Amino acid sequence: MSDHKTMTLTLIVWRQKNASDPGKFETYTAKNITEHHSFLEMLDCVNEDLIHTGKDPIVFDHDCREGICGMCSQVINGAPHGGQDRTTVCQLHMRKFKDGDTIYIEPWRARAFPIIRDLIVDRSALDKIIQAGGYTSCHTGGVADGNAILIPKPVADEAMDAAECVGCGACVAGCPNGAAMLFTGAKISQLALLPQGQAEASARVRNMSDAMTECGFGNCTNHYECMAACPKGINVKFIARMNREFLKAQFA
Amino acid sequence: MQLLKSSIGRKILMAITGQAMVLFAVIHLLGNSSIFGWLPGGINAYAHHLHSLPAPVIIGFRLGLLVFVCVHVWFGIQLTIENRGGRPQQYAVKTLQKATFASENMIWTGGLLVAFILYHLLHFTFQVVSPETAALSHPDSLGNPNVLGMVVAAFQNMFVTLIYAGAMVVLFLHLSHGIQSFFQTLGWSNDRVQPFITKAGTLVALGLFLGYAAVPLTILLRILK
Ligand code: HEM
Ligand code: SF4
Ligand code: FES
Repeated sequence: MSDHKTMTLTLIVWRQKNASDPGKFETYTAKNITEHHSFLEMLDCVNEDLIHTGKDPIVFDHDCREGICGMCSQVINGAPHGGQDRTTVCQLHMRKFKDGDTIYIEPWRARAFPIIRDLIVDRSALDKIIQAGGYTSCHTGGVADGNAILIPKPVADEAMDAAECVGCGACVAGCPNGAAMLFTGAKISQLALLPQGQAEASARVRNMSDAMTECGFGNCTNHYECMAACPKGINVKFIARMNREFLKAQFA
Repeated sequence: MQLLKSSIGRKILMAITGQAMVLFAVIHLLGNSSIFGWLPGGINAYAHHLHSLPAPVIIGFRLGLLVFVCVHVWFGIQLTIENRGGRPQQYAVKTLQKATFASENMIWTGGLLVAFILYHLLHFTFQVVSPETAALSHPDSLGNPNVLGMVVAAFQNMFVTLIYAGAMVVLFLHLSHGIQSFFQTLGWSNDRVQPFITKAGTLVALGLFLGYAAVPLTILLRILK
C-alpha cells in the first residue's frame, strides 16, 4: 500500500445530535486515502483522527461491509449509495474519486425515516410495511419435500430478482416524493409470483399499500429515481406488478 | 373505498381520467383537422354535425369531460401536496438520474393546461372573447356556424397564435411523461415493453403537439385562409 499515491479530500458531512436537533454541515479533511479504501474505510480514517483530537466521530450505519446486509446508508453528492450502478456505500471504493475532490455526505432524507444521529436514520417504517403482509401464513410441520410444488424456472427466477431487495431504503432516499413503492413492489411481487404467496395476495397488497401511507411515505409519480438508486438493480416492473395486483385485489 | 383513499388507488384514478382526456384530445384533433378541407363543407360542416347531435348526448359528453378534469385535477393537487411533504428536507446536492423536466413539473404543466382550457372554452366554445367574429352568431352561406371565419380571424393575431402554440408545448410536456405513466400506474408494463411504451407515448404527445399547432401556425403564415 505504501507505494500508492494518496488522496486528500474535503468532506462536507451532515451532523445532527438527535431527531430534535436541527443539524448542520461540518467540513472535514480526509488525508492519506488510497484508491483501495472503501468509502466506509475512508470514514473510519476520518473518525480515527476525530477521536484522537477528542471530537465526536461521525456516526453511520454499517454491518456486513460486503454489500449484502443493506445497513449502510449514505447519500453521497446527492446520490444514494454514491450513484455507482448496483453498489452499496460499503462497496463503493475511493478509486471513484480523485485527489482534491469535495464530497457531500448526507443521511437518507424522507419523512418516514427520522434521523437518529448524523447519518443514521430510523428505517423501521420498512419493517412496518412487512408486518402488514410481507409474509406467508403456513403451518410449520415437518420439512416439506423440495419439489412438492413445481414452479417453472422463469417464474422462480423472476421471484428471485424481486427477492434481491435488501431493504436498505435507498429507493425511498432517491425518490423526490419519499415513496416506498420499489421496496414494497419488490416484496409484493416476490410473494405474488409464487404459489405459496398467491393465497394471501389480495389482502397482502391492500394492507401493505395502506401501511406505506400510514408510515408517511409519499406517492409514486413514476420518476424512476428509485431504480437508479437501488444497489440491487430492482426494476420498476415490480412496481407495475404491484399496481396490477392492487387493481386485481379491488375486484377480489 | 380503497380506490379513493390509498396511494395507488388515487394514482389509478388519475391515470384513467388523464388517459381519457388523451383519448378526447386525439378525437378533438381529428375533428379540428376538417379545417384542412377533407370533409365537404370543412370545419363549419363538422361543427354543424356536432351541434345537431341530440342534446342529452352533448350534455352527457360535456358533463363526463368535466368530471374527468375535476377528478384528475383534484387528485393531482392532493397527491402533489402529499408528495412535497414526503421529503421535508432537500439534499444539499441535487442529483437526478432518471427524472425529467416533464416528470418533475407535472403539477405546473397541468395547472397551465387548466388555465388554457378555461381560456379556450371562453374563446371558441362560449365565444365571448371576440364576439364580433363569434361563429354561432355569424353563420356562413350554408347556414352552418362560421367556425373557419372565427378561427382564422383569431389566429391572424400573432399573440393569440403564440398562446395556443405555447399551450401545446405544455401539453406535449405533460403527456410525454403522462402517457407512459398511465401504463405503469395501471400495471400494464414490464421491463420488456417499458422502453417501447415510453417512446410511443412521447410520439403520441409529439403528434398531438404538431397536429394542434398546425392550425394556428398555418393561419398565421397565411397558408390557411
Ligand atoms: C387536459 C389535459 C390533461 C391531460 C390530457 C392529462 C393527462 C395526464 C396523464 C395521462 C397522466 C398520467 C397518469 C399517471 O400518473 O399514470 C397525468 C398525470 C398527471 N397530471 Fe394530467 N392531464 C391533463 C391535465 C392536467 C391538469 C389540469 C392537471 C393539474 C392541475 C394535471 C396534473 C397531473 C399530475 C400532477 C399528474 C401526475 C404526475 C405524475 O404521474 O408524475 N393534469 N395527466
Ligand atoms: S428496492 Fe433496492 S433500494 Fe429499495 S430497499 Fe430494496 S434493495 Fe434497497
Ligand atoms: S454494510 Fe452491509 S450492505 Fe453495506
